[in-house]
Amino acid sequence: MECIYVPQDKLLTIKIAEEIDENVVKKLRRKIDNEITRFMPRKVIFDFSNVSFMDSAGIGMLLGRYKVIRMLGGNLELCHVNKQIEKIFEISGILKIIPLIKDNEIYEYGGKNVGNI
Amino acid sequence: MLGIYDNEMKLEFVSKSSNEAFARISVAAFASQLDPSIDELADIKTAVSEAVTNCIIHGYENTIGIVKVECKLKSNWIEIQVSDNGKGIEDIELAKRPLYTTKANLERSGMGFTIMESFMDELKIESIPNMGTKVTMKKYITPLDDKNNENMSIANQSKQKEGI
Ligand SMILES: Nc1ncnc2c1ncn2[C@@H]1O[C@H](COP(=O)(O)OP(=O)(O)O)[C@@H](O)[C@H]1O
Ligand SMILES: [Mg+2]
Repeated sequence: MECIYVPQDKLLTIKIAEEIDENVVKKLRRKIDNEITRFMPRKVIFDFSNVSFMDSAGIGMLLGRYKVIRMLGGNLELCHVNKQIEKIFEISGILKIIPLIKDNEIYEYGGKNVGNI
Repeated sequence: MLGIYDNEMKLEFVSKSSNEAFARISVAAFASQLDPSIDELADIKTAVSEAVTNCIIHGYENTIGIVKVECKLKSNWIEIQVSDNGKGIEDIELAKRPLYTTKANLERSGMGFTIMESFMDELKIESIPNMGTKVTMKKYITPLDDKNNENMSIANQSKQKEGI
C-alpha cells in the first residue's frame, strides 16, 4: 500500500491494495494505525482504486480508523470506491460520517510518496 | 448426487480466516456457469464471505472446526448453504438486525446478515444453540438473453438520444 503525505496540508493518503475481509483487516488495522500515529494528519484519505473486494469487515475497520483519526483531531474521507463497495457503504449508512469524495486532488498539491506499507 | 438440480457441489474446510477468500472465489467460479453479470457475481461473493466469516468468528470463535458450503444450481438460480457445528444463535431475529453484533470489541459492524439479505433474493437462517448454524441463500440470475436484450435496448436508447 502506498502512502502519500502533503506536509503543508497535513494530508495523508493511503492507497489500500487488498481484498478487504476479516482475514485482512487485522493486518490492515495495524499498518494504517502506525501511519496515522506517525504523521498525526489533519486529514486522511483512503484511496480504494486498488480494492476489488470488501465485505462488512471493512465497515468495522473503517469505523475503527475513523474513531482513532477523530480522537487525534483529524478527518477521514474515501475516494475511488467501486460500485459494489459503494452499495455496501450505502446499506451501512457509513457515508454520513465518512464522506466519499469524487476526485482526489492530492497530486496537484505535490504530495510525496512516504513509503509503501 | 444429481437429482432435480442441474449441478451441485460441496466444500468443506477448516475454520481459518484465510479460507474466506478461497470459499467466495470457489463459489463464484461454480456460479459462473449460469453466466451471471459482474454485479451478480460480486453480490454472491460478498454474501458468501459474510456467511463463512460468521461461522469462523462467531460459530467457532476462532477455534478449529469444519465449515461446510453446499451449492445447487438450476437454469436461472443458485442456492448456497453455509453451515457450522459451532455455538449457534440464541435469538435469530435479534441477530438479523442491522448493527447488532455480539463482538463489537473486535470492530465488527453487525451488518453481515443485512448484506446477505439485500444482496441475495432469499435468506433463511436455522440455528440451534450449541449445535450449529445453517444459512441458506438463493439468488436468481438474469438469463444471458435478457441481459443482451437489456444491453441492446440501452444501446438503442443512447443511439436515439444521439440521433443515430
Ligand atoms: N454462524 C454463527 N454462529 C453463531 N453466531 C452467529 C453466526 N452468525 C451470526 N451470528 C451472530 O449474529 C450476530 C450478527 O451477525 P452479522 O450480522 O454477520 O454481524 P457481525 O458478524 O458483524 O457481528 C453476530 O454478532 C453473532 O452473534
Ligand atoms: Mg458477520
